[in-house]
Amino acid sequence: MRVGFLHSLIRPEEKLLIRELRRRPGVELVLLDDRQLVFDLRTPPAVDVILERSINHSRAMHALRLFESMGIRCVNRYEVSRKCGDKILTAVALSEFGVPQPETRVAFTEDSSLEAIEELGYPVVLKPAVGSWGRLLSRINDRQAAETVLEHKAILGSYHHSIFFAQKYVEKGGRDIRSFVVGDECIAAVYRTSDHWITNTARGATTSNRPVTADLAELSLRAAEAVGGGVLAVDLFETADGLLVNEVNYTMEFRNSIGVTGVDIPGRIVSYLLSADP
Amino acid sequence: MTDCPLCGAAVEISDDPVEGEVFECAECGSELEILALDPVALGEAPAAEEDWGE
Repeated sequence: MRVGFLHSLIRPEEKLLIRELRRRPGVELVLLDDRQLVFDLRTPPAVDVILERSINHSRAMHALRLFESMGIRCVNRYEVSRKCGDKILTAVALSEFGVPQPETRVAFTEDSSLEAIEELGYPVVLKPAVGSWGRLLSRINDRQAAETVLEHKAILGSYHHSIFFAQKYVEKGGRDIRSFVVGDECIAAVYRTSDHWITNTARGATTSNRPVTADLAELSLRAAEAVGGGVLAVDLFETADGLLVNEVNYTMEFRNSIGVTGVDIPGRIVSYLLSADP
Repeated sequence: MTDCPLCGAAVEISDDPVEGEVFECAECGSELEILALDPVALGEAPAAEEDWGE
């Protein structure tokens, strides 16, 4: 099987996946650097399947659409990248599947956003629809801060930042959960713990094993199904009222989760890639 | 072994390097990218862009 590996920079996750693919018998690895690709809309690369690992969401999403239009099976699929790469589309997908998530508002002007934030009640979190690693998240504790952040986003940001996505702040006790879904199984989960309210490992949060309990597995699989399934990382909050799904990631990072869970995450991803039905 | 293009310190690359691989210079902390393998060429890794991530 010829496996196309769509990438830009090779991070530790990509390195682990490449090593795993090179170990598998019958696999011919074809590295596809998105910085060098040119598409003519009709000539597919000579591969049987593509594993998407681009660091740029916009490149990944468009490349997946192009590859799929040329008949190549991709992991993850374009539709999954589209829904996961945009937090508004993720929220819509979760809502349509009845997956519990933080109270959410979407608005398009400063005035309507301020009204929505006041209605949610402070604190709220403003997030860019596209973005990762906790960048440009704003925890807003009062009206003055809301007015300031909304004005800054509207005036200083590109038009993307005037699509306002606000969620009620969830008190999560200094940690959240990241669960890993591969196909129809929740294979592992970790706590991400930080003194900061943002608990991304890219921002310094530490990981520890979180047992995959039945409720966590069930909700993680529902969240994965909501966005179209595949290889996904689901971020969740533990609250007094149960688990809430915060985000679903489609090019997941896992370097800090292998050791603490003891689960061979890259091995599981590659096995899924090689076995998944077209 | 090759030299960090930013600080000049000797840096060691992995046993199975891949073009595009990023790693940190132990001396200056810069993030470096492997630009070529034969011969090995290093450059400063690009800065994070707005849509980078997961």
